[in-house]
Amino acid sequence: MKRLVSVKLVAILFGFLFLGGCATRANYDYTAFKESRPTSILVLPPLNSSTDVNATYSMLAQVTLPLAESGYYVFPVTLVDETFKQNGMTTPADIHQISITKLREIFGADAALYINVKQYGSSYTVIMSETRVTAEGRLVDLRTGKTLWAGTATASSAEGQNNSSGGLIGMLVKAVITQIVESLSDKGHPIAGITSYRLLSAGRPNGILYGPRSPMYLKEGSPTP
Amino acid sequence: MLLFLVNLMAGCATKQQPLYYWGGYQLQVYGHFKGDKGPEEQIQALEEIKEKAAAGGKALPPGFRAHLAMLYGQTGRSDRLVEQLETEKRQFPESSVYVDFLLKKANK
Repeated sequence: MKRLVSVKLVAILFGFLFLGGCATRANYDYTAFKESRPTSILVLPPLNSSTDVNATYSMLAQVTLPLAESGYYVFPVTLVDETFKQNGMTTPADIHQISITKLREIFGADAALYINVKQYGSSYTVIMSETRVTAEGRLVDLRTGKTLWAGTATASSAEGQNNSSGGLIGMLVKAVITQIVESLSDKGHPIAGITSYRLLSAGRPNGILYGPRSPMYLKEGSPTP
Repeated sequence: MLLFLVNLMAGCATKQQPLYYWGGYQLQVYGHFKGDKGPEEQIQALEEIKEKAAAGGKALPPGFRAHLAMLYGQTGRSDRLVEQLETEKRQFPESSVYVDFLLKKANK
């Protein structure tokens, strides 16, 4: 009898695990996002938790494409960075501390994107070398302070070239990356481009929603995988 | 067969067209951040991208005009700075609060 109970218990636990697994993977809670529906996004210079000094600007240089093609106005990243510098804010850590009221006042943005680059660079083992870039992002409504969305993405040189990072923005990113590979020695930069695309393109599972400048705006039921 | 494949790919692509013409814009931005490219060199590259976009009847991405404006400012051409900022605002009214802030500074 005791044994039967424990078998049942295990079965139930398994059931929960299974359901839990599905739920966390498939259903991001977009309630706050849908209430807010931002039209413009201010991307702050990313925090750099990696060991490579290039991470912040390598990422910042590549965030505009996926967000703009997803239908948002993205504030000019170079000029925004310049404005912060002219006001004595020289590090991402300082900039991430600025109050949302102040950001809203100067830029008039609906939302701000806070990025943290967790990993950027190459590791070498006897068998192979790998370049990996991992980043997390958080979109915050500058009118209410609410977090609208948060996510994380990673990309690695070890994935191979034939993986399906398909879709329109994927194709655009690939075209840009081909140019980079030919012109730059910074191996992390093209990988950061893929990470940025995975983190910030609408229409991906648990990704951001389409913005008002996209023909897909308000049409997404649930993001297609 | 090849034609068929091309058609098939084109079929997928026409479902959703890019909203903007990018060219090498983001690479220019990275060159700017790294300091490998001076303002004159960037202006030339961006003006070329701008011409190609216009020739194809495509829109330039958000921030493109504003970045160009900054470069013109750095090379002392404040008339073009103002012109490009105004164009950014016209194309993207979402930028108006920030552009007005920048124009106010430029006029000081």
